Amino acid sequence: MNEHSQIKKMGGCSDLPILKERGQREVFCGLTGIIWLHRKIQDAFFLVVGSRTCAHLLQSAAGVMIFAEPRFGTAILEEKDLAGMADAHEELDREVANLLERRPDIKQLFLVGSCPSEVIKLDLSNAAERLSKVYFPQVRVLNFSGSGIETTFTQGEDACLASLVPSLEETDEENLVLVGSLPDIVEDQLVDLIAELGIKKITVLPGRKTATMPAIGKKSKFILVQPFLTDTTEALEKKGASRINAPFPFGEEGTTLWLRSIKDSYGVSEDKFELVTSAPRKRAQVGLKKLKASLQGKTIFFFPDSQLEIPLARFLSRECGMKLIEVGSPYINRSLVDKDLELIDEMPVISEGQDVDLQLDRCRESNPDITVCGLGLANPLEAEGLTTKWAIELVFTPIHGYEQAQDLAELFVRPLKRKEALLI
Amino acid sequence: MKLSIWTYEGPPHVGAMRVATAMEKLHFVLHAPQGDTYADLLFTMIERGNKRPPVTYTTFQARDLGADTADLFKKACKEAVERFNPEALLVGASCTAELIQDDPGGLADALQLKIPVIPLELPSYQRKENFGTDETFYQIVKALACTQEQTKKFSVNILGPNALGFRHRDDVRELKTILNDLDVDLNVVAPLGASPSSIKNLAKAHANIMLYPESGELACRWLKENFDMPYTENTPIGINSTKDFIRELNQIRGVNGSVSDTSRLNFDWWSKSVDSNYFTGKRVFIFGDATHVAAASRIAKEEMAFSIVGIGCYNREYARKIRGLAKDLSVDALISDDYLEVEKRIADLQPELILGSQMERHIGKRLGIPCAVISAPFHVQDHPARFSPQVGWEGANVIFDTWVHPLVMGLEEHLLGMFREDFEFNDTAGPSHLSNSKGKINDERELLEESEITWAPEATKELKKIPFFVRGKAKRNTEKFAFENGHSAITKDLLYEAKAHYAR
Repeated sequence: MNEHSQIKKMGGCSDLPILKERGQREVFCGLTGIIWLHRKIQDAFFLVVGSRTCAHLLQSAAGVMIFAEPRFGTAILEEKDLAGMADAHEELDREVANLLERRPDIKQLFLVGSCPSEVIKLDLSNAAERLSKVYFPQVRVLNFSGSGIETTFTQGEDACLASLVPSLEETDEENLVLVGSLPDIVEDQLVDLIAELGIKKITVLPGRKTATMPAIGKKSKFILVQPFLTDTTEALEKKGASRINAPFPFGEEGTTLWLRSIKDSYGVSEDKFELVTSAPRKRAQVGLKKLKASLQGKTIFFFPDSQLEIPLARFLSRECGMKLIEVGSPYINRSLVDKDLELIDEMPVISEGQDVDLQLDRCRESNPDITVCGLGLANPLEAEGLTTKWAIELVFTPIHGYEQAQDLAELFVRPLKRKEALLI
Repeated sequence: MKLSIWTYEGPPHVGAMRVATAMEKLHFVLHAPQGDTYADLLFTMIERGNKRPPVTYTTFQARDLGADTADLFKKACKEAVERFNPEALLVGASCTAELIQDDPGGLADALQLKIPVIPLELPSYQRKENFGTDETFYQIVKALACTQEQTKKFSVNILGPNALGFRHRDDVRELKTILNDLDVDLNVVAPLGASPSSIKNLAKAHANIMLYPESGELACRWLKENFDMPYTENTPIGINSTKDFIRELNQIRGVNGSVSDTSRLNFDWWSKSVDSNYFTGKRVFIFGDATHVAAASRIAKEEMAFSIVGIGCYNREYARKIRGLAKDLSVDALISDDYLEVEKRIADLQPELILGSQMERHIGKRLGIPCAVISAPFHVQDHPARFSPQVGWEGANVIFDTWVHPLVMGLEEHLLGMFREDFEFNDTAGPSHLSNSKGKINDERELLEESEITWAPEATKELKKIPFFVRGKAKRNTEKFAFENGHSAITKDLLYEAKAHYAR
């Protein structure tokens, strides 16, 4: 506790000026979030109203095509929709009718806006309302935007969850809501730990099924598990729920501080906290200790990708001894990542937005030991001799919580080890 | 509006990127919203490209709309030319930019750049990726090719190979060998490896080889009309088609009987050898881009003696060709880019082998039908390190091996038929030389395996949450850890302690 307050006094990087750049951004749009959201919410279908580009992005971004028929698709706008020869709303109604007939298991349909649907001002909220009247209660229809002109990568999940909030049931009871999608195993671990602290009524947004979405009211508290949930936070606060502010649960320290914020908020005793957390904390420390040797003193450069960059930088610098050169994030909401920023002692460049060519110049100049970047940049940088870590793997891998602390560190160790091991 | 789950082709600007990425010293400024940069990873991941595609995106956002997207485009052009110093600049718009009508061509013109600017019209809501490749290459040729003195000796250009084309890199290499055998000089290969300056030299050659109509036909036709350059129409994929191609080329150059060295060709004997008897009449379904489907149909019929039960293509531009071919084969042609429709057709026809794209490979997996990939779109695993063309003699060898690989071999097939109730070796077990997906991970058996150590129910439950491909190892490691530390029962905590212990 003392250690923590001391750092708090120092303020870490919370006052550090942010380098804001506007130029070419080498990032995904928010539609990409559908790749994991459609697996997370098991009875939801995501219908993108967009162009062939949107459909192509969804199948390319995943890198692999999902074997089972996915619960997403694109209603591709055609010339006749744009030229006004067809009523786009009638067309949409027809596609939705076909879809729901073929997939009677769907309980929740998201109409997802895209760049073209927004530019032509196709009103999807109107469409969602109209379709909800037709299909409710069998199917609830909501809408959000995953367009590149509005959202960057993980902001798509933010937009999706924010769209769910108004539809959540109201409650007068106290409850704690974990907000953000996590791999099921990690979600279970965190929920179990919180339950062991003696807290009752823990729910998760998004629920795995439409029927298990949390209820929200003035006595609700919520805590984020992902740092990119700006709009969702606002929507929950509007419903009267209060946010527990904490660093994000990456690594042993991050997870402990995250749980401690919950503990403090609920007045759980220190003894109980020790009892619940000491064993997994120790395990995480053991797991990390071996990996730390490989990361200690190594330099790292983050290209903007998922908004996870600041919390991850905190983990890598404090728990793995890495030196931060630049931490780039597509968007920084200081009120959500302030607890992480406070903990970062050294002063890296923190950048928001992107001008990819300028950033590549800085990256080459600083010659980091590891560069975290998107798939479009990774092989070209490897070919130039840099060692890279695919940023997207950090979104598609269980990395939160105690039991995954070593897995998270290992993601950064692997490219370094490989470089050492290869004798070609 | 049309519902699509998986697509065979990307939008036309991705086709333009395939041309730009194939070429050198050419840069493409694409007016596009944030997010469209995803297309870079097609090249850097599927083809393991070691350079960024030469594309600058304006990546406009909502706040730029209505304000200064045109200025943004001009700035991007200016900076791209300064930074990358290309010999020529392509400019175009993706689907969203098409809607805001900024006119990239006009804006780039206004900058009065010192290099040629080639504007592209890519109608995203009507056309698709293959159109984008063909149109872009045509516009480049039209803008840059000029009258040249012909080479003294007969020479040709190879037109059509691109980035992200199915085996284009290797096809060019094989074709170069054949041209060398025939004593035909090669002038330019384009787009793959060509620069704007080499496009200027196209007319030095006497004829063009239209290697892939999908990405070269417009340019070949234009060069014929404007520079009187004949072009070949036979695609040299398969033994007979390669022979026809050589005949056609000889005819164009007015030479009789010049032949290519076929000592490298094994396909013909492999197909005649007795082991291949079991191919006779195998029922195949063929789907992909029209050029590869047409070539594969001929190989299947004439060179493998398969029985073709259906063919089709996803690129509507060549529907007529495939319909004609289907008529000759007395089968129905399926012209569709709806993979659900393709899946349904395959399910109805129940072929013994699918020759298709990556999409059909997935369909094959779902339906339990073997599939060999013959066409784009393809997966990173179909972009091999080794030399593996489709074109020419070596291409024929590669095709034989690729098509045969997923099938059950000769006598094995008979043996499977003889003892149908053998629980280990039966006709649902799959070919013995391939891993058996059904038996590979029997996690239930793995989990229930007898052990001295007992698992608490909560630990077993947790174990089941671990991904199947590491579950077996996690179980063994945990039991080993428990044994070594004197535990006779495994709890959830112990499972994670073992994990921490075995951290790499």
